[in-house]
Amino acid sequence: MARYITSKLIYTLLSLFILITATFFLMKAIPGDPFMSEKEVPAPIRARLEAQYGLDKPLMTQYVNYLGNIVQGDLGISMKKLNQEVSHIIGQTFGVSLRLGLIAVVVSIIVGVTLGLLAALYHRKFIDSAVMVLAVIGIAVPSFVLASLLQYALGLKAELFPITGLRSPLGYVLPVVALSAGPIAYIARLTRSSMLEVLHADYIKTAKAKGLKWPAILWKHVIRNGILPVVTYVGPMTANIITGSVVVERIFGIGGIGKVFVDSITNRDYTMIMGVTLFYGIILMAARFITDIVYVFVDPRIKLTSGKEG
Amino acid sequence: MKKKSWMLLLTLVLVIGTVLAGCGSAEETATTDSGNTTEQGTTDNGTAAEPAATDANLAADQTLHLNLSAEPPTLDPAQAQDSQANTALRFMYEGLATIDADGNPAPGAAESWDVSEDGLTYTFHMREGATWSNGDPVTANDFVFAWERVLSPETVPAPVYAYQLYYINGAEDFNTGKTTDFSKVGVKAVDEKTLEVTLTNPTPYFLGLTSFYTYYPVHKASVEASDAWAADPSTMVTNGPFTLTTWTPGSELSWTKNDKYWDAANIKLTNVTASVVNSGATETASYQGGEIDYAGAPTGEIPTDQIQPLSQQLPDEFKLTDIASTYYYEFNTKAKPFDNVKIRKAFAMAIDRQSLIDNVTKAGQTPAFGFVPTSIAGLNNQSFRDTHPDSEYFKEDAAQAKQLLEEGMKEEGYTTLPPVTLLYNTSENHQKLALAIADMWKKNLGVDIQTKNEEWSVFLESRKTGNFQVARAGWSADYNDPMTYMDMFVSGGGNNNTGYADPAYDKLIDEAYKGGNDLEKRMQDMADAEKMLIQDNMVIMPVYYYTQASLTKPYLKGVTTDFSGAINFTRAYLEEH
Repeated sequence: MARYITSKLIYTLLSLFILITATFFLMKAIPGDPFMSEKEVPAPIRARLEAQYGLDKPLMTQYVNYLGNIVQGDLGISMKKLNQEVSHIIGQTFGVSLRLGLIAVVVSIIVGVTLGLLAALYHRKFIDSAVMVLAVIGIAVPSFVLASLLQYALGLKAELFPITGLRSPLGYVLPVVALSAGPIAYIARLTRSSMLEVLHADYIKTAKAKGLKWPAILWKHVIRNGILPVVTYVGPMTANIITGSVVVERIFGIGGIGKVFVDSITNRDYTMIMGVTLFYGIILMAARFITDIVYVFVDPRIKLTSGKEG
Repeated sequence: MKKKSWMLLLTLVLVIGTVLAGCGSAEETATTDSGNTTEQGTTDNGTAAEPAATDANLAADQTLHLNLSAEPPTLDPAQAQDSQANTALRFMYEGLATIDADGNPAPGAAESWDVSEDGLTYTFHMREGATWSNGDPVTANDFVFAWERVLSPETVPAPVYAYQLYYINGAEDFNTGKTTDFSKVGVKAVDEKTLEVTLTNPTPYFLGLTSFYTYYPVHKASVEASDAWAADPSTMVTNGPFTLTTWTPGSELSWTKNDKYWDAANIKLTNVTASVVNSGATETASYQGGEIDYAGAPTGEIPTDQIQPLSQQLPDEFKLTDIASTYYYEFNTKAKPFDNVKIRKAFAMAIDRQSLIDNVTKAGQTPAFGFVPTSIAGLNNQSFRDTHPDSEYFKEDAAQAKQLLEEGMKEEGYTTLPPVTLLYNTSENHQKLALAIADMWKKNLGVDIQTKNEEWSVFLESRKTGNFQVARAGWSADYNDPMTYMDMFVSGGGNNNTGYADPAYDKLIDEAYKGGNDLEKRMQDMADAEKMLIQDNMVIMPVYYYTQASLTKPYLKGVTTDFSGAINFTRAYLEEH
């Protein structure tokens, strides 16, 4: 196990290094820079700005300096949001996305698994068809359509929920629905097909034949085995949702990290682009890493490490 | 099938709505309650528009709710460069002069001023009793400190708008490092209460400039205490009608009335909050749902496709204002085929501006045949455009355009026109206009052109490096004078991407700068320069003078907008509603 984790860690660090390097050089390759504006900045002022931010140095020097700073945990100061630390901005806005995202993740898992389970248990009954129709809609309707529709119908017309912002707990409802509709649909389908497969497996028949009570079979065998594909999906999904949906954040006017990321690219805010990319990279890789580990624990059929060590 | 899934979607929405109705009713009760309390305060005032606010019909809660479509990148007056910061800083700071409701300079932090005969020396007398939000008096030294900070090459990061202070004698040399002694710059605190400013050239619009944020004073002790003083409300000591109380990055800013402000008696708002939502559709919905009291430019945006419906649905709240910005296409006079003036003229004459406005842009803009927009001031309370109309520069005329094109092609020896690409920055509105204009060129001139869009920074780079033939452009005024437009096209000017270089033009601009005291001649010089730029050389093809669309709740009064469209909420108030 330790060896497995170590090798995973090394791969993760290597991937992050490649990510940083690729982003750095690609970012410098796009035309434009942070000090570009429609009104020309006088040459002496521009030269001073470039010197102050170290942009006058050769590209390789800038790159090495940046790597050095990262190793020391310094993401630098935003070039557009003056006097604000990149890490501070990430912290502030990620907090918002994280809170919203985690609620959406929990809602997706609970609702998705429940719906999928119901559909599997009532296979080919009305509930099954109803869940599957909802699932198709959930996958097919893009989040921005759903978000706009919810905002218009329940926010503006019915006045049930705030139109923008997360100022009250109610404000969370619409964004959470918009964020979790897709994952709910996906999880429901995943759960359903996997549960169906398990329900027809021989060991369930055996368990039934042994006279085990149905709730026990359901809990110990069906759900535990049937949930596996969902576990694989939940990791990347969580990473995806908590890093902020630009579209949902934009529609509901939420100051999350998704918006920061997109703005940083438009502004050519170099330190901010690097900081957020690196941060995203870490989250995604951490999510994959955790998924791999959890998988080992949950899946009774596979013991990943046993091959070599056993 | 389509119908069926639509029904299902609606069902889904309804189901979710029902499930969550429990939470919903909680809020409903809450709003009803507060509704009742406010109603108790209301006597039957009616909602008749009464311009003068008597305290009787003022709403009990004087909290203004706004939206900013982008977060101000900084609230340091020396570093600010954008309209959002302008709105925000106006709450917090006051320059030597302010702009009154009629657009004229009025006393601000300075109680009065004297201008010397030659128009070069301004003596400002500080207001007795004007203080910072911590109680310190606002003195002439605060302005000297603030302006030195803007101009000093030591300031980090280098303030981009330092050039807004170049009117002051010696300021440019000090900023660019040619001189290192700030005492050579024309700003002196004669004593605590007297500020003497010396200019390089007589500048008739200098008083207006002192109301601009780059000229705001800053509080020396707090600036020196921390590099990040302007990023944290607790370390910002300001001299305006409001102080910043909270700033949640990416979400919200809020201000509270500053009781120490000298004119606090006339400030009726007690609080201002601004959400940060960068979607025009959301902002408009938020306004219609009553979450904000003002929507649209300059703080936010109303989507173009909603401008017409909203102007009909909410005629009393919807407003279009002429602002000092011009939408135009610039020709690269060094690139084929636009190195020929007849071809440039042909292109400019071959479009129907009014039809573009009626059918494409749809926001009541004014067709432009000149460069200086209608809201820029001229002399004697008339606008520059009133005294120097743009209608003589050229006329839209498809037949003549076609003929000019043929003549131009003959001069250059073309049998077919070289391929032309029209460049614009990625945006739905610019795209629609570009396609419509390309279509008019095809119809009226018989030329097929390509359109190409580029992301903003890439686009700016293309324009700056001359990597275009004809490109979309816009220019908004820095100050209320035609010079903010006309000095752009001097030979080698930083914003002159057209390759146009004409000593006669440069001479006119130079004379207008130096001879600033002869107002009549100065205006005439600039009008002559504009004629040269457009009628004679057609360096740019003007399309329209911008308007800005906004929605103001009927109970929000006292909001003023200046020539440039910049908005002032500091004297606003909310009536009972």
